[in-house]
Amino acid sequence: MTAKIAYDEVEVGTELPAQSFPVTRATLVQYAGASGDFNPIHWNEKFAKEVGLPDVIAHGMFTMAEAVRVVTDWTGDPGAVVEYGVRFTKPVVVPNDDQGALIEVSGKVAAKLDDNTVRVDLTATSAGQKVLGMSRAVVRLA
Amino acid sequence: MALDQSFVGRTYPPTDPYEVGREKIREFAEAVGDANPAYTDPDAAKALGHADVIAPPTFVFAITFKAAGEVIADPQLGLDYSRVVHGDQKFAYTRPVRAGDRLTVTSTIEAIKSMAGNDILDVRGEVHDEAGEHVVTAWTKLVARAAAEEA
Repeated sequence: MTAKIAYDEVEVGTELPAQSFPVTRATLVQYAGASGDFNPIHWNEKFAKEVGLPDVIAHGMFTMAEAVRVVTDWTGDPGAVVEYGVRFTKPVVVPNDDQGALIEVSGKVAAKLDDNTVRVDLTATSAGQKVLGMSRAVVRLA
Repeated sequence: MALDQSFVGRTYPPTDPYEVGREKIREFAEAVGDANPAYTDPDAAKALGHADVIAPPTFVFAITFKAAGEVIADPQLGLDYSRVVHGDQKFAYTRPVRAGDRLTVTSTIEAIKSMAGNDILDVRGEVHDEAGEHVVTAWTKLVARAAAEEA
């Protein structure tokens, strides 16, 4: 594990570079294939509405995969992630147009822990709504 | 209908091994738009100290959730999967999943709760490699929404 960020160089409150991740219907179809999650709420508008959703929604695990990129792009080594957890609070609604939706993720160091690890708290929003809660990663730094 | 509390603590037999392939990792990394070379270039992964390309942190969910599916589909448990949404997800890693791994999952029902008519099921999946070494633990909270809440 060789993270490019040194433990001694970060403090509680250090902000990670924020990122935005676009997601369209095509993204969801591709993620469904790669992940094996073919639940129709992620690609079938008629079905999604029948079960009470406003429209097709992104896979929660897709949002979770994007959010942690703020951490893995920061450290360089994705293998430095020791723990990662989220709560799915609101769905990311993905309209059937060229724009789709945008998932905006920011993160900051919330605690310095033992063994050169830090806890990063992540915030993920889409269309002004917080889509992840309790989104935290523990990552080992150099 | 409330789920049977006697299922709490029940552990299911380990799954057959899932062999992690380089191209499957590449496909997943492309699907999430992540160009980190540790996922696709063995030399880049080795430069970071990994034996082969590694998988993105959430890749293993496809394997643990399939294992949890056997729990969810257990007719004796009585979970209505058509009402299930994903509540929480957490992973704790001993090491990253990497190409060439042959992984087995052992699922345990950690908790069953009923809140406001919703059934809440916590499943823990312990992932081990072929040598029996721990790789990652996945905790998945599933919520079966109360029928009355459906639009």
